[in-house]
Amino acid sequence: MDIRLQKVELSRAGKAFCFDTLIRGGMITALAGASGSGKSTLMSLIAGFDRPQNGHILFDGIDFTRAHPSERPVSLVFQENNLFAHLDLRTNIGLGIRPDLRLGTAEKAAVSHALERTGLGGFENRLPGTLSGGERQRAAFARALVRKRPCLLLDEPFAALDPALRIEMGRLLLDLQQETGVTVLLVTHLPDDVERLASEVIFLKDGEILADETTGAFLARQEPQEIRNFLGNRPPR
Amino acid sequence: MLTRGETIRAIAGGVSSLAGIALFAAAGVAALLATGLSQAASPLLDPYILGVLRFTLLQAVLSSALSVAVAVPLARAMARQPRFPGRIWILRLMGVPLGLPVIIGALGLIAVWGQHGWVNRLLVALGLDQPVSIYGLTGILLAHVFFNFPLATRLLLASLERLPGEYWLIASNLGMKPRTLFRLVEWPAMRSQIPAIAGLILMLAATSFTLVLLLGGGPAATTLEVAIYQALRFDFDPPRAVALALIQIGMTALILIVLQFFGGAASEGATLGRPPERPDGQTSAARLLDAGLILPATAFLLFPLAAVVIGGLQADLLRLIADPMLHRAVLTSLLIALPAGLLAVLLAYSISSARFALLSRKGQPMVFERMANLTSALASLILLVPPTVLGTGWFLIAGPANMDRLAPFLIAGINGLMAFPFVLRVIDPALTSHRERTLRLCASLGITGLNRWRQVDWPGLKTPLLTAFTFAAALSLGDLGVVALFGSDQLVTLPWLLYSRMGSYRTDDAAGLALILGLLCLFLMVLGTASRTPTERASP
Repeated sequence: MDIRLQKVELSRAGKAFCFDTLIRGGMITALAGASGSGKSTLMSLIAGFDRPQNGHILFDGIDFTRAHPSERPVSLVFQENNLFAHLDLRTNIGLGIRPDLRLGTAEKAAVSHALERTGLGGFENRLPGTLSGGERQRAAFARALVRKRPCLLLDEPFAALDPALRIEMGRLLLDLQQETGVTVLLVTHLPDDVERLASEVIFLKDGEILADETTGAFLARQEPQEIRNFLGNRPPR
Repeated sequence: MLTRGETIRAIAGGVSSLAGIALFAAAGVAALLATGLSQAASPLLDPYILGVLRFTLLQAVLSSALSVAVAVPLARAMARQPRFPGRIWILRLMGVPLGLPVIIGALGLIAVWGQHGWVNRLLVALGLDQPVSIYGLTGILLAHVFFNFPLATRLLLASLERLPGEYWLIASNLGMKPRTLFRLVEWPAMRSQIPAIAGLILMLAATSFTLVLLLGGGPAATTLEVAIYQALRFDFDPPRAVALALIQIGMTALILIVLQFFGGAASEGATLGRPPERPDGQTSAARLLDAGLILPATAFLLFPLAAVVIGGLQADLLRLIADPMLHRAVLTSLLIALPAGLLAVLLAYSISSARFALLSRKGQPMVFERMANLTSALASLILLVPPTVLGTGWFLIAGPANMDRLAPFLIAGINGLMAFPFVLRVIDPALTSHRERTLRLCASLGITGLNRWRQVDWPGLKTPLLTAFTFAAALSLGDLGVVALFGSDQLVTLPWLLYSRMGSYRTDDAAGLALILGLLCLFLMVLGTASRTPTERASP
């Protein structure tokens, strides 16, 4: 499913944001840029937590600019706190199917299946606090699986994990994306994530889009300075 | 890493402070017991005393339940609307009852809810002739809710604001309805705080004096504290006062024990710097519901305060200010309140220093840790003996003949002890973190003794010490409970003058005095918080 931002404008706390782009369906697009450049704002606009003052947000050509967050075809995974700490995994993931938690046998089976698919089989009754950081992110992916929304917004989902785990989780994300054909927008501050996971890149600066191109073109850039700085962070290979 | 001398001095200071508190309290209780035993003729539990005990508990339980019942939906509404103009002022307004002299609040409540108050005049104008009565149980509950629901709301709000901001975004993305969100997320967060909050309010209401004195009346609406005062000052019946005081100690002990079971003190704790996004509060239904809760609650809180200001301005303030009676009362009040504040701070500082000295001796036998824990337990034991009870004991020790000479010292001492547990809660965490920050550096540079106090401790602890001092002084300045036991024509504090003006129906004078007392307390509080550095003040 394509996500189209048509001249979307918003000003907040004296900062102006203006986005106009097409996020192409069925692939992973990375969203990068310095902190404060508007990555979270762009996510918020797509998810519906912020309303633009001008412009439109379309999913496959249908205008969702005024729609409630729950009506939008998106699932979300944040860096942390994706799970309600006092509820077990079955409940946390079941909320993705029925937000009022009236789960029948079929729904419960779907929860268990999603847990198995993300490598958490048998963890239905565990509380998030008893899991590792990586396992909690897997559970968040499991919830996104059962929700079956065509778009997945990931806000630095691996930033709190150590490098080995980050690579493992990236692989899981690639697998799940290929399996479901979901459109993924991945916020990241690591050029490594961009290279490994994304087909396209959107790079933001001061509330505007500085670059919007394929990963190959992006990684080959020598200018502007902001992108060189960003790419310079890459670990030597 | 304190030097040996410093450790010994700190522990000695703390021990003598604790011993002083214990001796002062024990002497009072011993005097009560001695009188109680020698006059066995007065039964501990006659029908009158039983009635008073029953009413004390009844109003305390109801006050606590009502305050929490108001606070739960209100805290949810405030949490769900993290950004609206005036929100910070509503939160500040909710801090006012904590520092407001009770007698002023009572006066404001009477102006709004009393026989000829705003509410009843409005009801009459609307053609309803069923006046609301502020006296008796209704009035006491109304007043206790007025003083305590803001505290409960702030504590519950903090428990909601401690939840991760992602929760609200995820809930909104998942499409959780407000009811589900309340059941699954908001209520579990608040529920864990409720026993501690309800217990705190129960304790405050069970030992409330001024409100019951002003709004209660007759044996049907009297609490133990007020009954003690009446037995001592009106019926001249010390044995009865002793019996009541002993029951009071038993009751507070029982409440404290029950509270221990629920464990965990309610805390405002650290909240996120940035207010979270709450998409669930942005629907018109939520906004309407929340406004429907926040506006009346604010009005309920604001109107009595406004009534005090309006009533005070209508009084003949110039004549009042020129009155030598007022000058003497203000001077007397300050001469009692400032030493009381100083006493509370000194006690708390020395005990907290000793606690730290005991705890920082790593590798020492467990006994040090035990002793440190014991100090805090001992410190909270003073809550067992409410001021009126302590006052009754010392009333018996001093005897009527010496009363005029000793009364100011006793009032200041008891007021200081009253404020001490609260002051300790301000000073102890501040002192501990300050010491942990500076201890190694001071030790390596060899800064000790007076030098350390001047260069390191005073600059670092000035703010919490001053806040604690002004808070304790303001508490003493507005106190009516202890001075009611000891006050006389010779010894008139500002609240006592105000109370006697109310008693002789000089309502205008009372309103003017209330405004003056309120401004004095406000001035003290502002003084205590003004020394904060800009960075501390910036965060709302």
